[in-house]
Amino acid sequence: MTNSFRHEPDGPDTADAAGLQRRTFMGWVLAGATLTVAADLGLAQKAEAVVPSGPQVADLYDLEDAQTDSALPTSQLITIVINEDGTASFEMPRTEVGQGIITSTSMIIAEELDLPIDKVKVTMAKARQELAFNQLTAGSNTTFSTYTPFRVAAAIARQQLLEAAAILLGTQADRLITTGGVVRDTLGNEITYGDLAIEAAKQVVEAVEVVLRGEEKFRVIGKPQNRLDSRDAVTGKKKFTTDLQIKNALPTMVCRPPTHLGKPVKLLNTSAISRMPGVTHVAQIPTGIAVRAKTFGQCIDAVRAMKVQWEDGSAANESDDTILEELRAAEIPMLVPEVPGLAKTIETDCVFAFKSSAALEPYAAIADVRSDKATIWAGIKSPIFAQNQVAAITGLPPTAVTVNVITGGGSFGHKLFADHIKEATEASKAMGVPVKLMWHRADEPRQGRLHPMATSRVRATILAGEVLSFEQRHTSVLTDFEHGFGEILTNVADELPSQLGNYTLSQSVFALTQQMPYNFGVLDQLLNETVAPGDALSERFSTGSMRNIYSPDVCTAAELTVDKLAKAAKMDPVKFRLKYLKDPRVKAVLRKVAEEGNFGRKMAPNTAQGVAIHKEYKGCTAVLVEIDNRPATVNRDLGPETVTGPRVTKVVLAIDAGLVINPRGLEAQMQGGIMDGIALTLTSSNHFENGRFLEASWDNYFYTRQWNVPFDVEVHIMDTDSKTPGGGGEAAVGSTAAAVACAYARATGTNPTYFPIQHEKPLAFKPKSFVPPVPPSPTNGLSRTY
Amino acid sequence: MPKQTFILNGKTTTVNVADDVRVLWVLRDVLGVTGPKYGCGINVCKACTSHINGKAFNPCSVRVGDLKPKDRVTTIEGLAKTAPGDLHPMQQAWIDLDVAQCGYCQPGQIMAAVALVKKVRREGREIEESDLDSIRNICRCGTYVRIREAIQQGASQM
Repeated sequence: MTNSFRHEPDGPDTADAAGLQRRTFMGWVLAGATLTVAADLGLAQKAEAVVPSGPQVADLYDLEDAQTDSALPTSQLITIVINEDGTASFEMPRTEVGQGIITSTSMIIAEELDLPIDKVKVTMAKARQELAFNQLTAGSNTTFSTYTPFRVAAAIARQQLLEAAAILLGTQADRLITTGGVVRDTLGNEITYGDLAIEAAKQVVEAVEVVLRGEEKFRVIGKPQNRLDSRDAVTGKKKFTTDLQIKNALPTMVCRPPTHLGKPVKLLNTSAISRMPGVTHVAQIPTGIAVRAKTFGQCIDAVRAMKVQWEDGSAANESDDTILEELRAAEIPMLVPEVPGLAKTIETDCVFAFKSSAALEPYAAIADVRSDKATIWAGIKSPIFAQNQVAAITGLPPTAVTVNVITGGGSFGHKLFADHIKEATEASKAMGVPVKLMWHRADEPRQGRLHPMATSRVRATILAGEVLSFEQRHTSVLTDFEHGFGEILTNVADELPSQLGNYTLSQSVFALTQQMPYNFGVLDQLLNETVAPGDALSERFSTGSMRNIYSPDVCTAAELTVDKLAKAAKMDPVKFRLKYLKDPRVKAVLRKVAEEGNFGRKMAPNTAQGVAIHKEYKGCTAVLVEIDNRPATVNRDLGPETVTGPRVTKVVLAIDAGLVINPRGLEAQMQGGIMDGIALTLTSSNHFENGRFLEASWDNYFYTRQWNVPFDVEVHIMDTDSKTPGGGGEAAVGSTAAAVACAYARATGTNPTYFPIQHEKPLAFKPKSFVPPVPPSPTNGLSRTY
Repeated sequence: MPKQTFILNGKTTTVNVADDVRVLWVLRDVLGVTGPKYGCGINVCKACTSHINGKAFNPCSVRVGDLKPKDRVTTIEGLAKTAPGDLHPMQQAWIDLDVAQCGYCQPGQIMAAVALVKKVRREGREIEESDLDSIRNICRCGTYVRIREAIQQGASQM
């Protein structure tokens, strides 16, 4: 099914490509008061079965395939219920964190069920142990892995409604049509789905077969659709975890250690803290001292007043420089020696600083731990993992733990982990009362999940304009995959291509995600990760992926090298890429941005264009940017702790994402990914100094702000004949980061080697205090109105 | 416990809470008005942006004791009532342009946008790129492009 995304000569799936023979799927009608149908989540497109020989694993079998295959043997049922009010309810086993999957899932169901989209009620399923690996939202995999099963369930519901209507109308189902939630016969008689909901219900489980509608008949899928929660979002009605009013779950915060991953030894002024205004409970938990009070403001005051004896984190003596030395020592040598004689060797050596994956909604979780059960409410992309963690902490069986999945205020990798849930569980257990636990902003970049520091080195050789070899060595502080990727990959180990046999988990993920889509002769990309001697996994740094795992860094180093090769070959960077790119889809997106963005136009001094491509998640992107590095722009003074610097003024992005469910949502993901890419290359990082991360605020951690935003952002979604949806959440990040780096190098005439550019400049902020670990709440707000 | 009185979304509101609790927590934790979001607590991220007497302010940085009984506090929940129609034109623009992704920052973004448009109008002009550049509200989903478009549309209807 995925052949149409690939370029190997096996040829496409002719049946599907011709659109003639449609596959029959099996599903179930379940017993229920109203019509209840089910499909097996394992109906996901069977991932690439044949692994032809080839230079790179990810070309053939990528992370999407690994995740999808892993779901097959353990998959379970997802159900759609038709209600008496004519709506359809569906509990989605994935987590909405802003990426728009509630909307796109509603579209898929509306399409196949012939129901207006506002009558499709998609909510998020609680943690369901039986779903095993199939309730993890990661790796831009949601649409790819759920598209077929969701369609099958909806198609079965429609088929059952037709059959029930046929009996009532005294005709045959194939003489009826469905439209807008109504079944109609040729005489004009109508019955609504609501009126059929009970009629169509079954008392016993029945297996049924269904044929999906042809893509050429789509009326909802592929058409721009605004988000279904947009009205709630703009009126303040949309509820996030801390907005929930759960009885007696009072605000709770944690006083944290000055060093990264330090531990509390003892609170020295317990009685004073207990007597502070609003405070109800104080308790030591593994990560710090938790305090529960009537308001979060009173928690902040209590945290600031705490006198705590701390044990340092295990990286307390380390800084950016020492970690970099460690990475340098761990770097794996290149295979191809520097070629003597006529061949020219091109080298790239980049450092990528630590980065915080924190969302705007801080980590927050509500926990109510009782002697016989525990209930959690939280934004979490790995609810089963979280359920198991809560069970382990409380000693309860997982079946006694309910994990309610709440819409997340962003994730970017952060909400793959259950750090907030574990802490809330510990606090509720220790205090014996429900808690609404939230991290302070200052906690997030200092103690929260980080994208690990890394180096990426490339050596390429070129002779007479022909590239002979291209090697990349990526060396990184260990990335934590404890949230379930590990199990996912282990689970499919037998099915993995043999090249992966001896890889570590991280190396497997790396090999499954990284693709160099160029014909560059001897091609080789490798990952090595560092763990300090004697350290257990993830004890030194709290790490994780961040809107992509390795791609932005790897892509930036690779594309900077491609620009250098083009220069050595005395070729235009676009023409050079087109000459060496293997995949016609990648060539097409590159041609598109070069045309639309007028690549090669004359640019003023200190301004430049840059292009880059990226291929991942069964799709590809190309990005063209223009950067303004003129002093008047770079030196804009917009106040203290405000990083201006070079400005990306224009971005043109083209994406081939395969079958697109919601072009408007995909465009939004591209626009957001572009902002991430700009920040990664120019501004956003964490500084590590003597075991402490210095950043503690959004005016310290410089994610893209309005004064950094390009004036002109164009997103082009390519027409494709693919019938398989790709992934969109992360697709724009790597190519944008790389294009900005290439443009910056050109505009400045330099060879940038440390990213983001801002990281090596003098610190643009005054670090906030570490003891107390959170800043005071200001009182001057009324003098800053406008 | 002192009684605090101010006008919240058009209604005179009295609440028993200590003077130095910041307005954000009075709104969210005491009164259950959760449209203004916490994102930093130090007047940096602007996720809690609301209006006081028609101007933008950040309740995370104002002690409730500093509010006067006649002070009119408007949160995102009360914005629609300040203009004719079902929604404020800025909210409608946000929906039309499908701005929100996760939506966490958007109440603050909208309140900031309305105040900014009013501010530049007081200065006798319309919104320019440099005004948009001055907005400090952070959006970690990166919806900035659509925010800029929506402010232009919303302003045209204000």
